[in-house]
Amino acid sequence: MLTIELFLEQSLNGLQQGVMLFLMAAGLTLVFGIMSLINLAHGSLYMIGAYVAASVTQASGSFIVGILAALGVVGITGMLLEYSVLRRLYNRDHLDQVLATFGMILFFNELVKILWGPQALFLSTPELLSGTLEFIPGAPYPSYRLFIIVAGLIVALLLRHLIINTRIGMLIRAGATHREMVGALGVDIDRLFTIVFGIGAMLAGLAGALAGPMLAIEVGMGEKILILIFVVIIIGGIGSVRGALVGALLVGMVDTYGRAFLPTIMRQMMEPSAADTVAASMSSVAIYVLMAAVLIWKPRGLFQAYGS
Amino acid sequence: MFLNRILGSTVGIRTSTVLVICLLLLLLLPFLASLLGDPFLVDIASRILIYALVAVSLDLILGYGGMVSFGHGAFFGLGAYVVGILTHHSYEGTAITFLPGDWEGTTQAFIQWPLAMAVSGLLALMIGALSLRTSGVYFIMITLAFAQMLYFFMISIPTYGGEDGLNIWERSKIPLLDLYDSETFYYTCLVLLLLCLWGCKRLVKSRFGMVLQGCRQNEIRMKALGYPIYRYKLTAFVISGMIAGLAGALSANHTEFVGPGLMHWTRSGEIMVMVILGGMGSLFGAVLGSASLLMMEEVLSGLTEHWMVFLGPILVLVVLFARKGLYGLLIGKGADNG
Repeated sequence: MLTIELFLEQSLNGLQQGVMLFLMAAGLTLVFGIMSLINLAHGSLYMIGAYVAASVTQASGSFIVGILAALGVVGITGMLLEYSVLRRLYNRDHLDQVLATFGMILFFNELVKILWGPQALFLSTPELLSGTLEFIPGAPYPSYRLFIIVAGLIVALLLRHLIINTRIGMLIRAGATHREMVGALGVDIDRLFTIVFGIGAMLAGLAGALAGPMLAIEVGMGEKILILIFVVIIIGGIGSVRGALVGALLVGMVDTYGRAFLPTIMRQMMEPSAADTVAASMSSVAIYVLMAAVLIWKPRGLFQAYGS
Repeated sequence: MFLNRILGSTVGIRTSTVLVICLLLLLLLPFLASLLGDPFLVDIASRILIYALVAVSLDLILGYGGMVSFGHGAFFGLGAYVVGILTHHSYEGTAITFLPGDWEGTTQAFIQWPLAMAVSGLLALMIGALSLRTSGVYFIMITLAFAQMLYFFMISIPTYGGEDGLNIWERSKIPLLDLYDSETFYYTCLVLLLLCLWGCKRLVKSRFGMVLQGCRQNEIRMKALGYPIYRYKLTAFVISGMIAGLAGALSANHTEFVGPGLMHWTRSGEIMVMVILGGMGSLFGAVLGSASLLMMEEVLSGLTEHWMVFLGPILVLVVLFARKGLYGLLIGKGADNG
């Protein structure tokens, strides 16, 4: 039955999913908006983050150390990738970028399989956050999910501060709109791009580390979320961080509500077995329908990027 | 030259030599395989031909129309599912519930395969009509998303196997031919591929093809010249989807299995890799791309379980250093749109 408690609980779930999607989408959309690079390997960075966080947490016994290790490893991996291969692709066709980063996905998936084996890893929730909080009366909510919501929103605010108020943020915005001019004014554009890529990679690594306790850490987890991220940044407008936030929350909400409420709604219209099938198909395609609708309405997404 | 008449264009000596050698290899392959005492080769070669067919279909819109469809697996997979579903109902003797009447499916190739093409074409019409409103990177991603949508849709239908897919208990029937015979199957695929190559070559050389290529080079100018480019592009997209559907129908027969994996986005990526590896905008390059990628898979997976660790960097190197693909390497200069 639809109750207020259930609705609020599902709204929080949607918010939590949206926040996770935002962490991923922010990096991808920044890299696209500023370097006009389509990076399919963004999902691989997420996967590496999850694996590193899980291993280090198990070895050290501290989730915080795990997260920091994931941030470090993924950030460095990202910057190395950018330095060695990706910077050669900025001026290339999107097609070349898709192909090269597709090759990287194959490489990283197999590498992870070699290093950690084919079995999925499971990471338990840190003890401090394993309980529930009952701040909606009658509906206890897992504190780890709340932790993710809070952490994600803090990161979003920090990112906003970074882009709007700091020198590097100013350079990032300037680099997106007038790349040559920024270079002519004596800014080391190459280094700026490496840093931006590193920030994006670390956000993906953070998302991977935080997702660890909630899902199976396995090869291919990156591709699963990557497609969702694409939907998010298309809806939001490619290159716009604000768009990524709005898109992520929209997708998170629509997806969660769809899965939670469609079966109940459908059952009132048809017999249960048929209703379940229909609801399952409808909820799994709901976000794509949302995306199609947004694109028909606004072919370039909801928000304009800095550059365009 | 004879070849020139077939291709409807003037090709250089080098190009025609390469093409004739490849054609002879393809025609004689079953004999070579039996000489080598490795009949399994014919099976691999059939797979190569099927993927070549879908790669050619993608090259038609990618290389000539500049439409980077990242969801071609959807049309391929749907074509396979049409054969799978028809065979499933025919085998079980049950009516197809989502269709009016009580048709119990069929195993006749002459009904199955055109139907697979029609259904895939219809899907291409719907996806294309929406996606072609966008361009550039939005087009890449929206086609990708539509393919994923279909993927999840097929997973959520338990009647047709859901995540596990459907086994095909009976290959399609063609009068006088036995598709269970691997050589017959191989030649069937080969004939279809050659027909499709010939048709596509004719198409891109026609007025229609010229408009399509014009759209890739300068869309605004074509618009200014008064061409309804949306309709041209959509037509090409639908044709491409139909060919991919045919390839899917063949694939269903080849593996005797259809599953949602056919539509997964990594499959679309693989098809795109074949086109780019072989050389875009040459049609024949797509065949080379399919052959080289699948053979590379075959060889590397024979050497090590972790062959993808090598395949990935190879792809990166191809992008960085061999920009015209294998066809460009073989033919040399002037390989583009030849």
